[in-house]
Amino acid sequence: MSTWTEDQPIVSIKNVRKAFGTLEVLKGVSMDIMKGEVVCIIGPSGSGKSTLIRCVNALNDIQGGSITVEGQEVHTENLDKLALRKKVGMVFQQYNLFPHKTALENIMMAPVKVLREDKADVKERARELLKKVRLYDKEDSYPGELSGGQQQRVAIARSLAMRPDVMLFDEVTAALDPETVKEVLVTIKDLAADGMTCILVTHEMGFARELADHIYFTDRGVIVEHGPPDTFFDNAKDPRTKEFLDQIL
Amino acid sequence: MANRAIPGVAAHATTDLPVMLPFNPKAGAHDELLVSRWLASVPPRYVFFLLLLWPVAAFAQGVDYTTADAFVALWRWIPFLTFQGFVFNILISVCAMTIGTLAGAVLGLAHVSRLRIIRQVAWFVTQLFRNSPWLVLLFIVLLAFPFQIEVFGTTIPIPGWVKAVIGLSLPIMANISEIVRGAVQSVPSAQWEAAESLAFTRTQTLWQIILPQCFKRMIPPWMNWYAILTMATPLCSLLGVGENINFTRQAMEAEGNRPELLVPFFGYSLVLFFAYCYPIARATMALEKRFALKL
Ligand SMILES: Nc1ncnc2c1ncn2[C@@H]1O[C@H](COP(=O)(O)OP(=O)(O)OP(=O)(O)O)[C@@H](O)[C@H]1O
Ligand SMILES: [Mg+2]
Repeated sequence: MSTWTEDQPIVSIKNVRKAFGTLEVLKGVSMDIMKGEVVCIIGPSGSGKSTLIRCVNALNDIQGGSITVEGQEVHTENLDKLALRKKVGMVFQQYNLFPHKTALENIMMAPVKVLREDKADVKERARELLKKVRLYDKEDSYPGELSGGQQQRVAIARSLAMRPDVMLFDEVTAALDPETVKEVLVTIKDLAADGMTCILVTHEMGFARELADHIYFTDRGVIVEHGPPDTFFDNAKDPRTKEFLDQIL
Repeated sequence: MANRAIPGVAAHATTDLPVMLPFNPKAGAHDELLVSRWLASVPPRYVFFLLLLWPVAAFAQGVDYTTADAFVALWRWIPFLTFQGFVFNILISVCAMTIGTLAGAVLGLAHVSRLRIIRQVAWFVTQLFRNSPWLVLLFIVLLAFPFQIEVFGTTIPIPGWVKAVIGLSLPIMANISEIVRGAVQSVPSAQWEAAESLAFTRTQTLWQIILPQCFKRMIPPWMNWYAILTMATPLCSLLGVGENINFTRQAMEAEGNRPELLVPFFGYSLVLFFAYCYPIARATMALEKRFALKL
């Protein structure tokens, strides 16, 4: 029924407005993301980055504008949540693994319980995913027994088990210590290399510069500036962007 | 349309703060295990000394009718007091606990219902029965329920003990409801979000992700309430239900209502209840400790 084709944006955000009560967090944000693109959203704390990407998989509702994923309107009354969440995976800053399940079970749970796929197939796939995130020897470990970086990689694998077309990453390295940041970034890099569409909120500027096709800088609920990494980092025009980059680089 | 407020759960819904630990162990605030903690804190050797003290206390009262006489009288009554009296207390407690637990689980889950009206009703019912004196509830049930009901032409009598079970299950229901609600809400809302982003529905999330995480933590407070309930079953004697305390009074009457009988006879009730509840309290505290360590 979808008329979406790959030459159209896979995620299209148009003039999105979002408020928590009277607090306006997003004041008309637009961006188009093509299939296979890696997009980084950067900006100061509280500028609405998390809120924006949470709107993409309908964890947040919006007050105005529209978001489509593969041509499907996300914020409508008759949203097919299951279909949307199969298409869009999300990884959180705090990993949020299910503590009562092993790494392998964490990965298998959604495909088995929600999609009702065959358990043996899913298990095989889960093992492959663990291998992909370089944790094949940790399948029987509980989240409490894993380091932050390992937990985060399991969380990525868990999300991938749903075979999403788009992945959302919300500051997934922000809670990690510097040594483990790298292992998670490598995992994301692998994903990007495989052609996964990724939307990342990140403070890792080096990583953003290296990997991103496009960078968006948000401040106080608007996109102040955006562009390809080289232009963005070397020739920022807006004073707010410059100030932010000066502070962080 | 997705709405971020998770009904009944979002009370502490700050999501991506690094300080958020997997659990909020003190979500329930007050010491819900007070009774068990107190009971379990009695060192076993004190129990032994107290048992020694019991005949001595009785002896102090005796003039012509001696302690020995009183204990001989008790000895004759022990089978009756135990197997027809105390066993019935246990029966009442088990029945009331079963009903209270089932009803309380439903009521507790209603606290996290998507529908606001259900949450409000659940809150009201819980508060009402949690804060009413148990005896008042017992009397209300006694007076409000008919002595018999007609089902398809047959008359089914409702004996007093059935009413007692219903009356006692009400406060248990309310308190179990609090346990379930507290446990569910102690799981951080990030777990709900993670599940939601993996396409779990609310019901699936609750049963497959939230409840398995907090089930263990509900066991110690649940046992605590069982001990409280058992100790409260003598209230039923006021409704004329034939249980331990009621029979003890009857037995003393049959023995001529001598004051010397008081300490041995009620002392025996105390011993019975203590012997039954003390191990439960110890086990409750042991489990509490273990679960608190593991998680
Ligand atoms: N559930 C909520 N209810 C009310 N206000 C909220 C809620 N979530 C976020 N906010 C507010 O919205 C604003 C933007 O928050 P958001 O989490 O999107 O910022 P952010 O750019 O991700 O910041 P950070 O870099 O610190 O993660 C903040 O002022 C925050 O306080
Ligand atoms: Mg954020």
